Amino acid sequence: MYGKGLRSLSIVTVAAMALALSLVFFYAPLEAEQGFLQKIFYIHVPLAIIALCGFVVGALFAIAHLRTRDSSWDMRSYVTIHMSLIFAVGALITGSIWAKGSWGHWWVWNEPTLVSFLIVFLLYATYQPLRFAIEDPERQSRYASVFAITAGAFVPMNFIAVRLSTAYLHPRVLGGTSNLPGSMRLTFMVSLAAVTLLFVTMCKYELTAKHTRAQVRALRRRLVGEDGSPARRGRTAVPAVGTQAAGRSGL
Amino acid sequence: MSAVLVLAEVPALPLNEAGKYVAAAYIVLVIIILIYVSIMAIRLSRIERELGELLELSGAPKPEPEPAALAAHQESTPA
Amino acid sequence: MRRTVGALLRKELLVELRTFESVPGMSLFAVTTFVVFHFALNRSSVEGDLAAGILWVTLLFAAILGANRLFVADADQGGFDGFLLAPVDRSAMMVAKVLTMLAYLVVLELVAVPAFAILLLGPPLGPALPQLIAVLALGDIGIAVIGTLVGALAVQTRARDLLGPLLALPLLVPIVIGGARATAPLLAFSHAGGVPARWLLTLGLYDLIFGLIAYALFDFLLED
Repeated sequence: MYGKGLRSLSIVTVAAMALALSLVFFYAPLEAEQGFLQKIFYIHVPLAIIALCGFVVGALFAIAHLRTRDSSWDMRSYVTIHMSLIFAVGALITGSIWAKGSWGHWWVWNEPTLVSFLIVFLLYATYQPLRFAIEDPERQSRYASVFAITAGAFVPMNFIAVRLSTAYLHPRVLGGTSNLPGSMRLTFMVSLAAVTLLFVTMCKYELTAKHTRAQVRALRRRLVGEDGSPARRGRTAVPAVGTQAAGRSGL
Repeated sequence: MSAVLVLAEVPALPLNEAGKYVAAAYIVLVIIILIYVSIMAIRLSRIERELGELLELSGAPKPEPEPAALAAHQESTPA
Repeated sequence: MRRTVGALLRKELLVELRTFESVPGMSLFAVTTFVVFHFALNRSSVEGDLAAGILWVTLLFAAILGANRLFVADADQGGFDGFLLAPVDRSAMMVAKVLTMLAYLVVLELVAVPAFAILLLGPPLGPALPQLIAVLALGDIGIAVIGTLVGALAVQTRARDLLGPLLALPLLVPIVIGGARATAPLLAFSHAGGVPARWLLTLGLYDLIFGLIAYALFDFLLED
């Protein structure tokens, strides 16, 4: 049952998001250097951090898949990576907006977070085409898991390398998260928590939807017989999901 | 008291340049969520339709048919 | 294990020597690319950052060309099946392929680096050569590991020629960063000391991490 607990989770998410947004706009003080523009920090950085963690979690799920050969782990890996990719796009867009506001350019190369994000995005953008290019579902899941693990290990490595390459050339454009005054740190933490909850909720939502779809299909097959259901989807990048209660703990 | 004074000085809305960018960034977040909501809505309506069909099928009287009628019924079921 | 690797390596090198599929193409590609760069950049001599960049980008793309072809014969002609039937450690294939790729890269560089020095490079190469070799060696290991892993991934897909480079390029960015930054002071007119250790460490760390990961994961790609 993937959907168990989804309702309470989403309520908590809404509350956290409301609290975070209120703190950002009503509580956090204006920053000395960047003024009001700095408020983007509270949405851009959490999106970035959660996306990166999501990729790593996707790799962990992939490890579980390769060990247990249970396809529900592959499904979780797929959904997590997919959602992280969306959040990564959000991080890139908000980062770009921030750069435009700060420097007048839509892109800056001397902000290491943004740059390593671009590389990670380009890498994970190949995840779906890779899946789509392999027809056999079992092989697709297996190869996708190998890719997810490799890419997951790549994320921190890439971060280090890009950081090193920009560190000694220019000062950080968009500022880091260290040396934050207390009120800003609180706001940041709450925003981080809110975005985390949002991510988890959306992933759970997605898993539940896919599972439901599979259950409907199974029901149709049972009622109408094998010829009643449409031919097995042709080529698809989406992993097959079992119809038994695969998600024991929900997510 | 000083907090109130500070609030009194802050303009109603920062309509300078920075405000637009901040708004744009947060709007991106909203759009992402809304796009996802609409995708889910489409999926939900599709599931509803399919379940409706299946309900009809299962609620239909148990066919006592001659084989021909049964075959004809299954033919007409959308595949 | 060592015997298996040795046997596989011999086979790979023999095939390459008989068919000349990969290495001549890679080397020719590199030299041609230098010519293209001359016209594209409108420069007769480059040094420092620019030289390092041109060298590494060319090597990278030539390597990807070679990596693409690494598993094609095995996939198309049943080499995988034959290997799976043999009672040997499956990771031996990975080690053998990495060593093969490494051999290709060494030959490639034996051609490309002198060509680069002759065609485009401003400063003399002599004094910096030992350090350059060290940097290239570290970079080569990383390229070989990633090339093997991605080659194995891509060969079983439909769009293997496209997917291979697409997967490999982002993964190889840290190598490019480390390699180019390390090489830049070596190719400058003013030899400002040697290579900063930072980049050698980055390359070494990358090689280690991805070598281990590829070794652990390769089995899963071979099963049927």
